[in-house]
Amino acid sequence: MLRNSPPGSADVAALQRKATLLRRHMLTMARGQGQGYIGQGLGIADVLAALYFHELRYDPHNLAWPDRDRFLLSTGHYSIALWAALAEAGIIPVEELVTYGADSSRLEMSTLDTTPGVEVIGGSLGHGLGQGVGQALGLRLDRSDARVFVELSDGEMQEGSTWEAAMSASHFELDGLVALIDCNGIQADGPVVLDMEPVADKWRAFGWETAEIDGNDMKAVVDALAGARQRNRKPKAIVLRTLPGKGVPRIETSEKSHFFRIDVAQWDGIIAEFNKSVGMEQ
Amino acid sequence: MSGGGTKAGRTLAMGQDEAVGGGRQSVEAPFGQALVRLGQSRNDVVGLTADLGKYTDILPFRDAFPERFFNVGMAEQNLVAVAAGLARTGKVPFATTYGVFATRRAYDFVAIALAHSNLNVKIIAGLPGLTTGYGGTHQAIEDLALMRMIPGLTVIDPCDATEIEAATITIAEHQGPVYMRLLRGSVPVVFEPGYKFEIGKARRLREGSDVGIISTGFMTERALDAAETLQKQGISTGVLHVPTIKPFDAGAVAEFASGVERIVTAENHVATGGLASLVVESLFEAGIAKKVTRIGLPDRYIECGAVPTLQAKYGLTTEAVVATITGLG
Repeated sequence: MLRNSPPGSADVAALQRKATLLRRHMLTMARGQGQGYIGQGLGIADVLAALYFHELRYDPHNLAWPDRDRFLLSTGHYSIALWAALAEAGIIPVEELVTYGADSSRLEMSTLDTTPGVEVIGGSLGHGLGQGVGQALGLRLDRSDARVFVELSDGEMQEGSTWEAAMSASHFELDGLVALIDCNGIQADGPVVLDMEPVADKWRAFGWETAEIDGNDMKAVVDALAGARQRNRKPKAIVLRTLPGKGVPRIETSEKSHFFRIDVAQWDGIIAEFNKSVGMEQ
Repeated sequence: MSGGGTKAGRTLAMGQDEAVGGGRQSVEAPFGQALVRLGQSRNDVVGLTADLGKYTDILPFRDAFPERFFNVGMAEQNLVAVAAGLARTGKVPFATTYGVFATRRAYDFVAIALAHSNLNVKIIAGLPGLTTGYGGTHQAIEDLALMRMIPGLTVIDPCDATEIEAATITIAEHQGPVYMRLLRGSVPVVFEPGYKFEIGKARRLREGSDVGIISTGFMTERALDAAETLQKQGISTGVLHVPTIKPFDAGAVAEFASGVERIVTAENHVATGGLASLVVESLFEAGIAKKVTRIGLPDRYIECGAVPTLQAKYGLTTEAVVATITGLG
């Protein structure tokens, strides 16, 4: 099945339900090892739901389709969100999700490109956008109208290579390249270590057409993605303000939301609370 | 050097001939010429550079195929990342910069963005070892050691124009990432046109029984000349040329070494971590216990100056090879 909905056709309520499903998958995954980058995953769930169930053009049964849209997860440690989306999209089995982070599981805590549906090795931060530039150039050489979406984060913008890539994207007029910048305000050492504001102004100054939205507002997300479809010789940046742990109050308010580790009983409590709040059965 | 003569004086102007050799026939921009030929037969070959197109001989490719050429500016991490992305869309990118920048500056990108995924990118690295008088910032004296540590990366150090042309064609056909050192500008011709380059194969260029020189890169030219001189002095000298640092032809090295009295390695690189280390490792592994004398750069940064002066000072000349071997006693 090929997906890529016409602009303006988004069923926002249905996409919100998908995002909820993704969040539930992530909680299951995190429970498996008792830990994970759950805060980031929950925060980006709405964006991944909008991408995989509305915006991206792809065929889950033909992952190597040359004209597919690419989604590059540059922050490899957000893999928990990607596994949930790939499972829900029918690319990897839902039953496999519980193996997240376990020995010999292919659902690593940081993405490797050996798992189906993964387009880039993320994790060594600052690698994704440049590779997105290269893919966009390659697609243009092939006269393909496929687009390249690169997720990166606010902390990741501290890697200088991000800006090398940003400069080249506007220089090469890559209007099929969309940067999705997850600004969740956390990084490894705590709240953002270097102030990256004003984020949107920086991208604009580098020649990108820039939007700034609440990344947990599904309507705003689908509208921004629709706006980024224009082929006007400019790369697109969507600055996403997201809440780490979004949808799970106990994680939203946690000080350790960069990497969350609690015991199984606590996970069970969180999952029960979540299921109840979204009206889902265990 | 152009015109075949040896240039004196400092060579600090960018774009001046800084490569190697003297007194031999030479070919102008052998890499660029070969890449153009490749581009004519294959439309998946693309060229990239990071603001060093003029100085890495890739401009003939740009002129022939402007659509397939990308200059990313002074941004070597991005150079490698963009090349990786192009490779993921089925292209065969040849990305040029200086060796120092491709290694020290972009190492994580070469390792993770390219080698970890076995992407089909060819990095062409100018100013290898001591081929510029620009000093430590521009002399890639430890690049072979760095690059051979990257899993799955093929590492090549060609000797002359013939080998550069042959290797350019061969690495395009090879599936996987490659790091190749580039002698730019007017490059001497040492090998006959029929010379065959094969990735991972060492080549015995000269038989001898007293001393066996195992060499790579332009030092093979010096080794051949030195062997000629040594022969006249009654020292029978063989030469094994090892243009592929990785995968390393340990078998050929062991076989060659067991047929000579003494072993001398010669490389345009620090004498540790590169060819010499590989030779010692492979001999040890094969159980061949022979003393190895290493010709290469010392463990220090090299100063600015004229290339011929510096090469003479640091022992990378024919005369220095002869002197080292006759001094072995």
